[in-house]
Amino acid sequence: MYTRSLLGFAVTLTLALSARVAFAQTPNLGKPISPADIAAWDINVLPDGSGLPPGSGTPADGARIYAAKCSACHGPEGKGGVNGRLVGGDPIKTIEAEKTIANFWPFATTLFDYIRRAMPWPKPRSLTNEEVYALTAYILSLNKLIGENDTMNAQTLPKVRMPNRDGFIVRFPDRTP
Amino acid sequence: MTMTPSDRAERELKNLEAVAGNGLLHRRAFLRGGAALAGAMTGYTLVPSAFGQQLADDAWSLVPGVPVPDYGTRSRFENNVVRTLTNPKGEPRTQHARTPHHLLNGTFTPNGLHFVISHAGDPDIDPDKHRLVIHGLVKQPLVFTLDALARYPMVSRMAFVECGGNSAPLFSLEPIQASVQALHGLVSCAEWTGVPLSTLLDEAGIDPKAKWIVAEGGDPPHLSRSVPLAKAMDDAMIALYQNGERIMPGNGYPMRLLLPGWEGNMNTKFLRRIQVTDQPGMTFYEARTYAPVLPGGKAYRFYFIQEVKSFITHPSPGLALKGPGFYEISGLAYSGDGRIAKVMVSADGGKSWAQAALQQPVLNKAFTRFRVPWRWDGGPAVLQSRAWDEAGYEQPTRAQLVAARGETTRVPAVTGFPSQHYNAITSWSIERGGEVKHVYA
Ligand code: HEC
Repeated sequence: MYTRSLLGFAVTLTLALSARVAFAQTPNLGKPISPADIAAWDINVLPDGSGLPPGSGTPADGARIYAAKCSACHGPEGKGGVNGRLVGGDPIKTIEAEKTIANFWPFATTLFDYIRRAMPWPKPRSLTNEEVYALTAYILSLNKLIGENDTMNAQTLPKVRMPNRDGFIVRFPDRTP
Repeated sequence: MTMTPSDRAERELKNLEAVAGNGLLHRRAFLRGGAALAGAMTGYTLVPSAFGQQLADDAWSLVPGVPVPDYGTRSRFENNVVRTLTNPKGEPRTQHARTPHHLLNGTFTPNGLHFVISHAGDPDIDPDKHRLVIHGLVKQPLVFTLDALARYPMVSRMAFVECGGNSAPLFSLEPIQASVQALHGLVSCAEWTGVPLSTLLDEAGIDPKAKWIVAEGGDPPHLSRSVPLAKAMDDAMIALYQNGERIMPGNGYPMRLLLPGWEGNMNTKFLRRIQVTDQPGMTFYEARTYAPVLPGGKAYRFYFIQEVKSFITHPSPGLALKGPGFYEISGLAYSGDGRIAKVMVSADGGKSWAQAALQQPVLNKAFTRFRVPWRWDGGPAVLQSRAWDEAGYEQPTRAQLVAARGETTRVPAVTGFPSQHYNAITSWSIERGGEVKHVYA
């Protein structure tokens, strides 16, 4: 089944290699950049917690920020807004079921990463890291995934166990490292 | 009595071999039938009638025309050829612009009609200020300007880009009546030109522990997706040009990641940063959005490949047949696993099949247009196309796909995304009056 596609691959490789021979010296026009200079853009948070910044926040802090910056779109306490609900969600039984943080998201780190890069929708990247921790804590606590007084920081957040953590099947295992 | 050209065409046509039920002809029938046959063809939008009028010079050929503009646009008579928009005012939700495949022909999509999905509007990026950073598990983090990238050895290739949610209305338990644009408009094909990503990753020096890259855009949501390093080193490109001109704002100006054949959302637009990592980011769009739910409640993760697919664009809903006679059935086929090997077309709902002619050249992970001549007898017909790719994959029937992937419990909105990665057969029913309807067959 794969023979022909592998053949195609081999041909591409040969071409790529000969191209590399032709340009044995690639231009090297990238400028070295230091981690300090990348810092403002270095916002990926990975599931093991790498990339999480210093700082922390609690659900109580988050509730105040949420009321000011999020509830207009997502509704008071994370439901009933014009945009996606952030709290609750029925167990997934149909293919078109609504996916929510509680019933679907496999990693809590995704919540921090996404709020920090994309929210609030009209003013992304306007939150401090402390505020993002606090909002993450608030939303996790509304969903009863952490306690009302739990603090979220670089150590605690990656340890939050999401209910649907094992609900996934890798579609193409041979292409997924 | 002398024979008119159309009589002659009729006679030639009667001699043509029907190769499958309901009037499908051999794929080379047009070549054999020649000009007379072409003359006898009935257009999808023309009303056939005798041309009982003397030719005269028209007004536009008697005066000098309008000055040539510095940037050309199509004739005003083509102003109806537009994308359909789901959120034209840019309210806080995603915007979709769908390609009108039924009004186009050929194999590439004009830049102004390429599909766009935008989660918070298109950013107005100043190319002189834009930067691309490569960092993470590399020997030397690097930053590139657009000027620097423009000096690299480049490659050009045709490639389709398809949203993972394209064709999602076909998960509906009942067929939704909508145009091919509404059903399949979130796929387009262009010639992309840019710098192989492998060149830049080699220059940065990949750490042996590296397994993934996480690519990020400079758009407001800073959209990010994880890509296996093997794909990044294979045919991934930092694309700078789209069909010869700089990339359109909606398609990622001034640069995007191009991952030929892979899920559209992964082809990060407005690309500003690549972090080389030992694990995937499990970003919002891979952890949540592009993880289609399966019957039973589990979900697929990392549905990278846009698998082999085809659909008929001519005729299709909205392009009614104007009376019995000869038509060309044509459509698009493509596969994220390589070149299209074969397309079969049926006019009787899958009972019998005729092999379609493939427009050459057939390119890897690009649109392939297929064509079959057809004589419609005016009776009911159900048109289907089915594609095979060079890796040996076969486009599934809808029944096969639904058995594995499920269907909805209620009819969703045509613009909704009840699931993703639908690549099964689409069926068009030709009604007695020539109208085309979407059916499941
Ligand atoms: C102007 C309206 C608006 C405001 C204000 C806003 N959001 Fe959002 N939010 C959206 C939209 C629209 C989406 C969907 C984005 C998409 O899918 O591309 C979204 C999605 C989200 C999601 C993902 C939900 C899911 O399960 O899919 C989270 C989490 C979120 N917002 C958190 C926040 C937080 C925290 C704030 C306050 C700091 C905030 N939002 C403020 C409009 C808003």
